[in-house]
Amino acid sequence: MDVRFSDSDLAFRDEVRAFFRDELGDALQRKLEQHVPLTKQDHIDYQKLLNSKGWFAANWPVEYGGTGWTPVQRYIFSYEMALAEAPPIIPFGVSMVGPVIYTFGNDAQKKRFLPDILESNVWWCQGYSEPGSGSDLASLKTRADLDGDAYIINGTKTWTTLGQYADWIFLLARTNTDVARRQEGISFILVDMQTPGISLKPIITIDGEHEVNEVHFENVRVPVENLVGDEGKGWTYGKVLLQHERTNITGVANSKVRLQKLRRKTSQSIHGAAPLAEDNNFMRRLAAAEVELKALEFTELRTLAAVSSGKAPGPESSILKIKGTEIQQMVDTLYMEAAAYYALPFVPDQYRLETDPDSIIGHDGETLTSLRYFNNRKASIFGGSNEIQKNIIAKHVLGL
Amino acid sequence: MNFELNEIQAMLADSIDKFIDNEYDFETRQKYAASKQGYSPEVWQTFAELGWTVVPFAEADGGFDGGPIEIMVVMERFGRGLVVEPYVANILLAGGILKRLANSAQKARWLQPLMGGEQQFALAFIEPQSRYDISDVACAATKKGDNWVLNGRKTYVLNAGNADTLLVTARTSGAQADDDGISVFAVDASADGVSIAAYPTVDGQQAGDMQLTDVAVDGSALLGAEGAAYAALDATVDEATLGVCAEAVGIMRLLTDKTVEYSKSRVQFGVPIGSFQALQHRMVDMLTACEQARSLLMWATMVNADGGEEAKQAVSSIKYLIGTAGRKVGEEAVQLHGGMGVTWELDVAHYFKRLTTIGQIFGNADWHLDKLAR
Repeated sequence: MDVRFSDSDLAFRDEVRAFFRDELGDALQRKLEQHVPLTKQDHIDYQKLLNSKGWFAANWPVEYGGTGWTPVQRYIFSYEMALAEAPPIIPFGVSMVGPVIYTFGNDAQKKRFLPDILESNVWWCQGYSEPGSGSDLASLKTRADLDGDAYIINGTKTWTTLGQYADWIFLLARTNTDVARRQEGISFILVDMQTPGISLKPIITIDGEHEVNEVHFENVRVPVENLVGDEGKGWTYGKVLLQHERTNITGVANSKVRLQKLRRKTSQSIHGAAPLAEDNNFMRRLAAAEVELKALEFTELRTLAAVSSGKAPGPESSILKIKGTEIQQMVDTLYMEAAAYYALPFVPDQYRLETDPDSIIGHDGETLTSLRYFNNRKASIFGGSNEIQKNIIAKHVLGL
Repeated sequence: MNFELNEIQAMLADSIDKFIDNEYDFETRQKYAASKQGYSPEVWQTFAELGWTVVPFAEADGGFDGGPIEIMVVMERFGRGLVVEPYVANILLAGGILKRLANSAQKARWLQPLMGGEQQFALAFIEPQSRYDISDVACAATKKGDNWVLNGRKTYVLNAGNADTLLVTARTSGAQADDDGISVFAVDASADGVSIAAYPTVDGQQAGDMQLTDVAVDGSALLGAEGAAYAALDATVDEATLGVCAEAVGIMRLLTDKTVEYSKSRVQFGVPIGSFQALQHRMVDMLTACEQARSLLMWATMVNADGGEEAKQAVSSIKYLIGTAGRKVGEEAVQLHGGMGVTWELDVAHYFKRLTTIGQIFGNADWHLDKLAR
C-alpha cells in the first residue's frame, strides 16, 4: 500500500496544472473569475482547446482519438481541471453517446459521428426521460415505428439538458410493444434536431435558469441507418451510458476544491464581519464534510485502482453516486450559509463582463450560492435517484 | 498509488485469517472472556509463536519492522474475530512507549519479555479528570535521593489486573495540562503503594483503576528523558488509535454481512425481512458506511506510514468517522436483528459493544471533530 503518486503521474500533474494555469485564455479566465455565465461558444472553444492538446476524450480508447490515460491520470486530470475552476466538459457527446457509438455502432456511424464529437462540431443532447417516467425509465412511451427505410418517432422527452444548443439528440424509443419485459423492444436512435416535427419547450428550473427542456416529436422521420446496434437492444446500450453518467456525477474533485476554497475563506474577514473560523458550529460542519469527502476520494481511488488492475469495480463503486451527490449538496449548503444574508438577493444578471465591479452585490459570487444550492437539489434526483441507487445496490451487491 | 498488500503483509493477513476461522469462534471467545484473566494465556503464547506480538517493533530489537499498515492488517482481523487477548494494551500501548523511550538496558528488561509474550504490560496514562487530554497528568513524581516517588490515580488502565509491569505517566514538572514535564516510569505491579482495582469492561475486555501512594522507583525505571515523554505518548496513542479504527472496520464489515445474511433468512409476515425496502436501504447505508470507513482508514494508515504532515489530521479524521459511522452500523445491526440483537446470546450484541467501546476511547467523535474544525 502506498499513498503517493508515481513520479510519472506527478510529472503529468504538473503538465496539466501548467496548462490550466497558462492556456485557458484571458477572456475565459475573466468570465470564470467574475462568475459570468458561459455561452455555447465559450464551451465549444474551450473543448476545442482541450482537444487540440489531445486531452478531450479522456475515457475513449486511443484508436478513436481518446487519450489512453490510465485511470489515475484521468483522476489527476479531473482534479486539476477542478482546481483551476475550469469549465466542466459537456458530457452528452464525449462521455455519453460517444462510448455507445464506438462500442455498439457500425463503422459508418463511427466515421460519421465520432470525429465531430471529438472536435465539438456537433452538440449532443440526451433523450431518455419522459414526462411521467421519472426514475422508472423503462416505462418510456416514445414510439419509433418502422415505415420503409425510416422510423417514425412520436412522443415527448424531458429534462433535456441544454437541448436549446443541441444539433443532435440520442434517444431511447420503443420499436416493439409486444414484449415480455418492458426493458425489451427499446431501441437507441440518433436524431438530427433539425428534422421536421421536433419542437422544444424550455423548462425553467428553481433558480430561474433555462437549463432543461421538453422535446416533442411529432411524426419525425429518421433514417433507419441512425439506429445504433440491434433494434430492441437499446436498454442494454443505455445502461452502459448510465454507468458512465453515474461515475461522472460523483464530482469529488470539484467538491474538494470548493471545500479547500471555503476553508480559506473562513479565515478572512468578509464585509468586515468576524471570520467564520470563530464560529465553531460552522467549522465542525465544514470539518465533517471534509472527512466524508476524503473518504469518498479514496473510495473513488480504490475503484480506479481496481479498474487499472483489470478487476471489475467492487461494491465501493456503487456508492459513488449516492455519496458524491450527498457531499455536493453538503458543500452547497455550507456555501449558502457562509454567505448569510448575501445568499438572498436574486440578481443573477449582475454577473456580466461589462458590470462595474463596485456595483456587484455580495463578495465573490455570494448571491449565486443559494441558486446553486437550489439548482443542485437535482443531483440526488437525476441519473437514477439516490433511492433507486440504493435499490440497485440492495439487489446486485447485497443480493437482497 | 497502490492499495494492495505486499507479499509479507498478505502472508500475515492470511495467517491471522486462518487462526480466526479455525481456532477462534465466538463460543471460544466467550469462554476466554469469561475466564479468570479475561483472555487465554495459551492463545497469547500462540500469538507470540506466530510472531504477531513483534509486528510493530524494529528489526534491531528482534521485531518484524512493521508500521501502521501491518498494525492495520492485524487489528482488522482481530476485529472480525472479536479477539479479547490484550494486544492493544501490551503491543500498541505499552510496547509503543517502550520502543520509543526505552534505552537498551530497559528494552532488554521490559520490551523483550513483552515481545516474547512472557510478561504482561499495561500503560497507565488516563486519569479520572483527564478525559481525552493525554497531557492532563496530575499524578506526580518527585525526586527523593536516587528514587522517584509517585502519587496519583489512573483509570481505565487496560490489562491492569494482569500486568506484571505498568508504565505510568507522571508529572515531573510544569502545570497539570502542560505537554512538557510528563515522564513515564515502569512500575512493578507488586511494588509497595500500588493498588489496582481490576474490572471487566462492557466489551468483554479487562481494565482497572490504579492508585499510587508513595510508590518508590529507582532511576532505572524512568523511560526516556525526564519530562519529555509527551511526543512518545502522543505518537503511541495515535498508533493505537489507528489500530482500533482498523479493528472497528473489521467489526463494521462483519456486522453488515451478518445483518444482510440474517435478513435473508428471518421470515416475518410470510417473507424474508430482507425483501422490505425500508430495511434494504438501511443495509445499503451500512455497506456505504463500511466502504467509506475502509477507504478513509486506508488513507489515514498510508499517510501515517509515510509520516507526512497530514498524519495527525488523518488520525482525527478516521477516529471521527469510526465514532459516527461505527455507531450507526452497530446500532443498525442490533435494530435489524430485532429482539435477538439485545440478547447476551447473540454475537452481534458483543461486536456492537466492542464497536461502541472503540468509539468511546482515545478521543470520541466530538473530540476529534473539534480538532479538525480548528
